Amino acid sequence: MKKTIKWRAILLAFTTALALLYVLPSLPGFDVFPLWWREHLPHERLKLGLDLQGGMHLVLEVNAEKAVENATERWVGEIKSAFDKEKIFLDRISREGQESIRLRLSRPEQRDAAAKLLSEFAVLESNPTSDPSEILLTLKAKEVKRLKEYAVRQCLETIRNRVDQFGVSEPQIVPEGERRIVVQLPGVKEPQRAVELIGKTALLEFKLVDERTNDSKVMQEALAGNPPPGTEILYQRITDAKGNTSSVPFLLEKRTLLTGDSITSAEVQIGRELNEPYVSLEFDRVGAKIFSEITGANVGRRLAIILDKNVYSAPRINEKIPSGKAQITGRFTMEEARDLAIVLRAGALPAPVQIIANVTVGPSLGQDSIRKGLRATLLGAALVVAFMIFYYRLSGVVADFALLLNMIMLIGALSWLRATLTLPGIAGIALTVGMAVDSNVLMFERIREELRLGKTIRSAIDAGYKKAFITILDSHVTTLITAVVLFQFGTGPIKGFAVSLSLGVLINLYTALVGTKTVFDWMTTRADVTTLSI
Amino acid sequence: MIELLGKTKIDFMGKRRYAFALSGLLVLLGLWAFLQILRGQGNLGIEFSGGISMQLKFDGPVEVGKVREALRRADVPESNLQQFSDPSRILIRVKREYTQQERVMERIQAALRDHIPGRSFVVEGSDEIGPAIGKGLRKAAIWAIVISIIGILAYIAWRFEFRFGVAATIATFHDVLAVLGVLVLMGREITLLVVTALLTLAGYSLTDTVVVFDRIRENLRGRRKDPLHVLVNGSINEVLSRTVITSLTTLLASLALLILGGEVLRDFSFALSLGIVVGTYSSIFVASSLLVEWQARVRTKPASRRR
Repeated sequence: MKKTIKWRAILLAFTTALALLYVLPSLPGFDVFPLWWREHLPHERLKLGLDLQGGMHLVLEVNAEKAVENATERWVGEIKSAFDKEKIFLDRISREGQESIRLRLSRPEQRDAAAKLLSEFAVLESNPTSDPSEILLTLKAKEVKRLKEYAVRQCLETIRNRVDQFGVSEPQIVPEGERRIVVQLPGVKEPQRAVELIGKTALLEFKLVDERTNDSKVMQEALAGNPPPGTEILYQRITDAKGNTSSVPFLLEKRTLLTGDSITSAEVQIGRELNEPYVSLEFDRVGAKIFSEITGANVGRRLAIILDKNVYSAPRINEKIPSGKAQITGRFTMEEARDLAIVLRAGALPAPVQIIANVTVGPSLGQDSIRKGLRATLLGAALVVAFMIFYYRLSGVVADFALLLNMIMLIGALSWLRATLTLPGIAGIALTVGMAVDSNVLMFERIREELRLGKTIRSAIDAGYKKAFITILDSHVTTLITAVVLFQFGTGPIKGFAVSLSLGVLINLYTALVGTKTVFDWMTTRADVTTLSI
Repeated sequence: MIELLGKTKIDFMGKRRYAFALSGLLVLLGLWAFLQILRGQGNLGIEFSGGISMQLKFDGPVEVGKVREALRRADVPESNLQQFSDPSRILIRVKREYTQQERVMERIQAALRDHIPGRSFVVEGSDEIGPAIGKGLRKAAIWAIVISIIGILAYIAWRFEFRFGVAATIATFHDVLAVLGVLVLMGREITLLVVTALLTLAGYSLTDTVVVFDRIRENLRGRRKDPLHVLVNGSINEVLSRTVITSLTTLLASLALLILGGEVLRDFSFALSLGIVVGTYSSIFVASSLLVEWQARVRTKPASRRR
C-alpha cells in the first residue's frame, strides 16, 4: 500500500510540475526568469482569442461565379481573334449566362471549319443547336470547378499579401468551406481601413474617354441609359473640402486598354506643387509597350484611370510615354494613397468578395473582459473553496487542494495544446471550478454513508471511492458529450468554451480519482487512525 | 460532521402529480418559446438574425433618449438600445438583414456625431453579421442540439436500462425547454452563448439524474420487494444531500459569473444558473417520477390501478 502511494504521489507531483512549467509564461513577472529558462523551457504565453486581446474577425465570401463569368468573357475574346485569323466570319458572339458563349456564323457553310477550330479550345464543349448557323459553347464542368477553386485560392493569396503589407502582427487568413475566407487581425488599430483594404477588388483599368463626353445631347441620352455603341458611363466621385460628395459622369470607350495586372510597382509619392500624395505606377515590359502605343496613338485625348468601376482621374495625354510609368492622382490622404499602392502592388482579386461577418473588439473591451472574467472566476473559486472547508472540514481542504491542481493542470494543458482562451473559455474555467469539486462531493458523501454503516475509516474510504467511481464517470461523460458537440459546431469563442470545459472535466477525473485518493490513503496509512474529518 | 439536510424522509413521489403539473406548464412554455423562435418572433441575437451591434463609450454619461432621437433623425432603421450599468456606455443593435452598401455602421456614427453635441465617443466593439452567416449558425445550433441529445440518450441507454434512458432524456428536454421558456418570457436575447449555455446544462443537469438513477439501480438489485415508488423515494432521500451540494457548488461558480462576469456573459450565466436549479428539480420530479409512472402504467395495465 505504502509503495503505491509513493508512486502515485510522484506521478501527481510530476504532472503538476509539468503543468506549472506551461502555466508560468502566462503569469506576470515571467520576464525576470533567467534567460536559459525562457529559451529552453516552455515560454509561450496562453494564446488569447480576439475577444480578449482585441482585434478583428472577418468572414469573406468569394463571388466565384464572377470569376467564371470573367473567364468566359476572355474566351469570347480569344475565339473572336482566332476566327478573325482563320477568316471565319461571325455575325455575332456573346457570353450567355455565366459559362456559355453563343456565336452566329455569317456563312453557315463555314460550320465545319468553325467546329474544327473550336475543337482546339479544350475547356469548351459545344452543345447542339437547332439553327445550323448557331453554335452554343459551354465551359466544361471540370473547368468551372477549377476556376472557382482557383478564384478562392487566389483571393486568399492576394488578401494575405495585402494584409502583410498593411502591417498586422500574426494575422490569420484561412479558407473556410468552399468559398469563404476567414481573416483574423489581432490588435488592428484602424478597423475601417483594414476592411477597405481587404474587401476592395482593386481592378485597375485604363480606358479612353470618348470625345463626345462634352456633347450635352449625347450625354443626356447616355445618362438616360442609351450610351452610343461601344461606350459606357462611369462616374468620378469628388469630395470637396466640406466633405460633400458629388459624382461626375464620364463617357468612356468600353474597351479596356490595359489593366493592373501589368503593374510591377506602385509607390506613394508627394506632388511637388500641391504637396498632395499620389501613387506612381510602373508597368512590366509588355505593359510598358502597350502603354507606349496607347499614348502614342492618342495624343490629345484623355485617358481614364478606373479602379473598381470608379474613375479616379482622366488626364489628357500630352505626348507618347515610352517609360512605362504612370501616376494616379485624386486628392488622397496619405493613408488612402498608401492603401491604394498596397492593393495595386498586391494585385486585383480575381473575383469580388463580400464581407459577410465583421466582428471587431477594441483593446479596452478585451481588457475589460479579461478583468471581469478573472474576477468572476476568483469569486466563484473563493465561494466554492470556502464552502468545501466549511462543510467537509479537513476533507474539504483536500478537495480544495485537488481543485488547485485541477486549475494548474487545466491552464497548463490549454497552454501546452496552444488552445485559444476566449471569454466563454474563461467562463468554462469558472464553471469547471464548480464542477471539479462535484466528484469529491460524491465521494465524500459516499464515504460518510459507509461510515454511518459502521465501517472502519480505511474500508469506508475504499468503498466510497469504488462505489462513487461509476457515478462520477457517468456524470462526466454526459458533460463531455455536449462539450465535444459544442466544439464541433461552435464558432471561435464557443470553441474556446468547449475546450476549457472538456479539458476541465477530463483533468477533474484525474485529480479527483488519483489526487484526493492519494492524499486520503496517505492520511490513513497509520493503522490506528480512528477519526476522519469529513 | 456538518449536514445540510441530515437524514430526510420526504415523500417526493407522492407529490409527483403537482410536479407534473408544474413541469407540464414549463415544457409548454418552452415549446411556445421554441415556436416563437422558429417563426422568427423570438428575440434572437444578431449572430442568428443577422444585423449590427455596436458598443459605444462616450466621454461622459449619455441619455438613451438622446441617442434614440439622434438615430431617428438620421433615419437609421429600427434599432434597439441598451444602456450598461456604466451610463457612458451604450449598446446599439440593428436587427435586420441589410446590405453592405447601406453602410449602417457609418451612418450610426455620423448620426451620433451630428446630433449629440458636446459628447465624443469611441466604438469599443462592433459586430456586423450578414444573413448567410446567421442562417448557417441557426442550422449549426439546431444540429448541435439534436446531436447532443442523441449522444446523451445513447449513452444513458447504454449505461442504464432503456426506460432510464427515456426518463433521463425527457428530463433533459424538460430542463432545456423550461430555461428557454423562461428566457423568452423574460424577453432575454437568445444569443449563440445562450444556446451554448442550454447545451451545457443539458449535459450538466444529467449529473444529478445519473446520481439518483445510480442509486435506484443499486437499490433495485438489493431490495426487489419494495414497491417501486417507495424504493425511488428512499433512493432520492439517500442521495438528496449530494445532488443538492453538487448543484450548489456549480451554482456558486455560475452565480459568480452572473454577478461579476460582465454584460457578455450575463445571459449565459443566467441561463446556466437557472438550468442548474431546474436540473436538480427535474432529476427528482421528472426523471425519477417518470420511472415510477412508467412502472405503474405497465404493471397495472389490465385491472386494479394501484394508488
